[in-house]
Amino acid sequence: MNAGAAVPKKSPTSPAPSDATETVVLGEADVARALTRIAHEILERNKGAQDVVLLGIPTRGVPLALRLADRLAHVEPGLDVESLVGELDVTMYRDDLHKHPTRAIGTTTLPASGIDGKVVVLVDDVLYSGRTIRAALDAINDLGRPRAVQLATLVDRGHRELPIRPDYVGKNLPTSASERVRVRLAEVDSADGAPVTDAVTISQSASGATTEAAR
Amino acid sequence: MSTTYLVTGVAPLGGEQVDLLLQDGVIAQVAPAGTLTAPDDVTDVVTIDAAGLVALPGLVDLHTHLREPGREDAETIASGTRAAAVGGFTAVHAMANTTPVADTAGVVEQVWRLGRDAGWVDVHPVGAVSVGLAGEQLAELGAMADSAAQVRVFSDDGKCVHDPILMRRALEYVKAFDGVVAQHAQEPRLTEGAQMNEGVVSAEIGLAGWPAVAEEAIIARDVLLAEHVGSRLHVCHLSTAGSVEIVRWAKGRGIDVTAEVTPHHLILTDELARDYDPTFKVNPPLRTAADVEAVRAGLADGTIDIVATDHAPHTREDKDCEWAAAAFGMTGLETALSVVQQTMVDTGRMSWADVARVMSSAPARIGRVDVGPQAQGRPIAEGEPANLVLVDPAATRVVDGAQQATASGNTPFRGRELPGRVVATFLRGRATVLDGATVETAAEVTA
Amino acid sequence: MKHLLSTADLAREDAITILDTAAQMAATQSREIKKLPTLRGRTVVNLFYEDSTRTRISFETAAKRLSADVINFSAKGSSVSKGESLKDTALTLAAMGADAVVCRHQASGAPHLLAHAGWLDSAVVNAGDGMHQHPTQALLDAFTMRRHLGGDRTDGRVGPDDALVRGADLAGLRVAIVGDVLHSRVARSNVHLLHTLGAHVTLVAPPTLLPVGVGTWPCDVSYHLDETLRDVAPDVVMMLRVQRERMSGSGTGGGAFFPNPLEYTRKYGLDARRLALLPPHSIVMHPGPMNRGLEISAEAADSPRAVIVEQVANGVAIRMAVLYLLLAGDDSTERAPIS
Repeated sequence: MNAGAAVPKKSPTSPAPSDATETVVLGEADVARALTRIAHEILERNKGAQDVVLLGIPTRGVPLALRLADRLAHVEPGLDVESLVGELDVTMYRDDLHKHPTRAIGTTTLPASGIDGKVVVLVDDVLYSGRTIRAALDAINDLGRPRAVQLATLVDRGHRELPIRPDYVGKNLPTSASERVRVRLAEVDSADGAPVTDAVTISQSASGATTEAAR
Repeated sequence: MSTTYLVTGVAPLGGEQVDLLLQDGVIAQVAPAGTLTAPDDVTDVVTIDAAGLVALPGLVDLHTHLREPGREDAETIASGTRAAAVGGFTAVHAMANTTPVADTAGVVEQVWRLGRDAGWVDVHPVGAVSVGLAGEQLAELGAMADSAAQVRVFSDDGKCVHDPILMRRALEYVKAFDGVVAQHAQEPRLTEGAQMNEGVVSAEIGLAGWPAVAEEAIIARDVLLAEHVGSRLHVCHLSTAGSVEIVRWAKGRGIDVTAEVTPHHLILTDELARDYDPTFKVNPPLRTAADVEAVRAGLADGTIDIVATDHAPHTREDKDCEWAAAAFGMTGLETALSVVQQTMVDTGRMSWADVARVMSSAPARIGRVDVGPQAQGRPIAEGEPANLVLVDPAATRVVDGAQQATASGNTPFRGRELPGRVVATFLRGRATVLDGATVETAAEVTA
Repeated sequence: MKHLLSTADLAREDAITILDTAAQMAATQSREIKKLPTLRGRTVVNLFYEDSTRTRISFETAAKRLSADVINFSAKGSSVSKGESLKDTALTLAAMGADAVVCRHQASGAPHLLAHAGWLDSAVVNAGDGMHQHPTQALLDAFTMRRHLGGDRTDGRVGPDDALVRGADLAGLRVAIVGDVLHSRVARSNVHLLHTLGAHVTLVAPPTLLPVGVGTWPCDVSYHLDETLRDVAPDVVMMLRVQRERMSGSGTGGGAFFPNPLEYTRKYGLDARRLALLPPHSIVMHPGPMNRGLEISAEAADSPRAVIVEQVANGVAIRMAVLYLLLAGDDSTERAPIS
């Protein structure tokens, strides 16, 4: 239904994965294509980007939001990327804080014009249980009153635990709960001197199903 | 008819092995090991194979808090003296800070009588120097000296006789009956609200400091007073390097001063306050490692005459609280000999003969209980009273407050492994402790 | 981190994590809706044996902004001499299911005892104990210093800047702490924390108000304020409160610590003249409440360099951060990211 490699293939470019069974489901070009398509869908759905605010959810939702903003500005040259993008940390709104080691709190920054009356598009890398998005909706509630809230995700791997569905999806990725989905983005995952290319990979989780349950 | 004991192969003061026959309250015979047999005409003979054990004269503590009358919830004369027997003691001096204070003949006689009735050790009451330990008016020192308790040691311990004129009068007055003033040296104005040794640790953990000078200033004053009035002075539980120096100087001048150190000041330091465990709250406070070394050296070279326990039992509620709210003091009767062994004997600084001197003969002499039919601190020789302790220096044990005979659990050595074990204690030929356990009929036998 | 008892226990990374978390907390406090759901269902008990309305309100505000339930338990007077023992109070709090106990006590070590005596499982936050420690005060002081002076300012940037200082320590900062160090838990907490964060501390006080043993602390000591202002040129001057009773010696276990207030002010007070000696970028701090006219003059307290009011606001953010880091994680012993 959506674009993207239908058949997982071994990645020749990604660094040697620790897990031998890790397979790449989206390569660099796939990620780029998905984002471009999502950008167009956002413009189409909202009849332009005048009132749109993209709020990236840290860590990887933030560069994805920036990339989407670049694409929006590319299509609609009048747009100012700065005033289009924000960063929404949902840590303090999570319902599972007591189940995990203490999480570091990220930054929340909104565009100068705020979110009141705007169409907020939440941007995250992987949509799984939906609990992160639930937390994000609560956080938005404390920050203002948008006209509408939409959700964009690079990967939807299913297993929803809440009545939440994405408006824009890079790739639907049927998984089992014991599998692990990893998104690598050049902006955040490049270690010193070891640049990383964008990729979405899937592997068997070493510690079983629980690792990703919190996403 | 009392039991006769044949102790074989024991090493008096750690020397040559001998056999000892304890009969009718005295050491009846001393002979080379393997040469003594039980006399035929005696039926009730117990033979103790004491090979490997050291025999010391029964220990004499010049500084014990038995808490009775008044704080029987912390210790009674019966429980405290039983603990003393377990620790190898045959005599203790019971401090005067009871409720009521032991400042009259009536109170000291009561303590003396309760001690005799308990029968574990000889109990020699210490009389208060001032009425109610208030430091204002001399107590009836003469009446206490003349009482059945025959008090010779006087102390306001817990409080310092800080008024110089009162101290002078006390020092003079006790000369009439060869008494001694045992001073708790603590300048009160320098130690108001004090909680622990003043130094690096107190500065860091924010507890009000008890400066060494508050002890040393009083000792310096007192030795000069004792010299001036020609009396004898005993310095309780000195704890600082400076105090050792002052006493050394005073003895060099020929001043009649004696000094004691507690087992805990021989081994523990103020670093233990860091966890705010009030078990380690004591007066005088635990000092620094340098002070510990100085008191060990002072004990080894004779500057410090004796080791006295300052056994200070306290109820759990008085220790299970904030440091500032907790009572000062720690128990010591059952661990004293082990601590002295660990710090002084096992380190080669003292012999067992020295231990006998600092824990038995010298304290008995200072307390004037070294002569007469109830004499303590005597040599291990034929005809002497059979006050003995048999020690296994090779044994080790882990201290468990709950297993001790004292009624209180505030031992600072809880969980610590200490060397040495008291195997048996004899009070005038009667076993109060055998195989490390108290002989529970002690009281009846005496009566 | 299971408890916060002393800044001496904090590693540099721990301290920076708290400061960074506090910065995020502070950011939420400029919003219209300041309340966060983070600690919903958690119970924080403010156990105050000493009157300290400021500190209690600060902790209470912090806990409530994080949606924790707050129980104020003030034990009037001294538990030391009368009333329920600390142990029984602790057992009561444990039975009530306190997740954190914020303890203020006149006895040094009381919070340590609460944390380690086995009476309760709660996280314990020391809100000031005797003459020992007041770690959240030192953390809010460090936070305030870092906002104003931390980070790379070689480009000449001045003023508070949260983004610039994220992850930064206080390396190279010169701090003078002036006044009653002897009785001050604030000074003790600050010396350790500021040293850990790389700052250079000079304690300035009359010799009577310095503890014996101060020589082993990781700081310099001076008896002369004018000399210190001139020679050290401190970036931060922190004035400590002088308790009125220190002048008479009543209740302090000794004589008066200085001849009279006038002499103290002349030698150790921060006034307009001394303010003028400071480098232009330097800031003036005071943990409050101030004795105007004694340790600090009105000119100094009200000058633009004074960040005293901001310290109070930062106190809420720091306490939110501490409660978050102690309570938000799982119950295992590894309450990362603080060791």
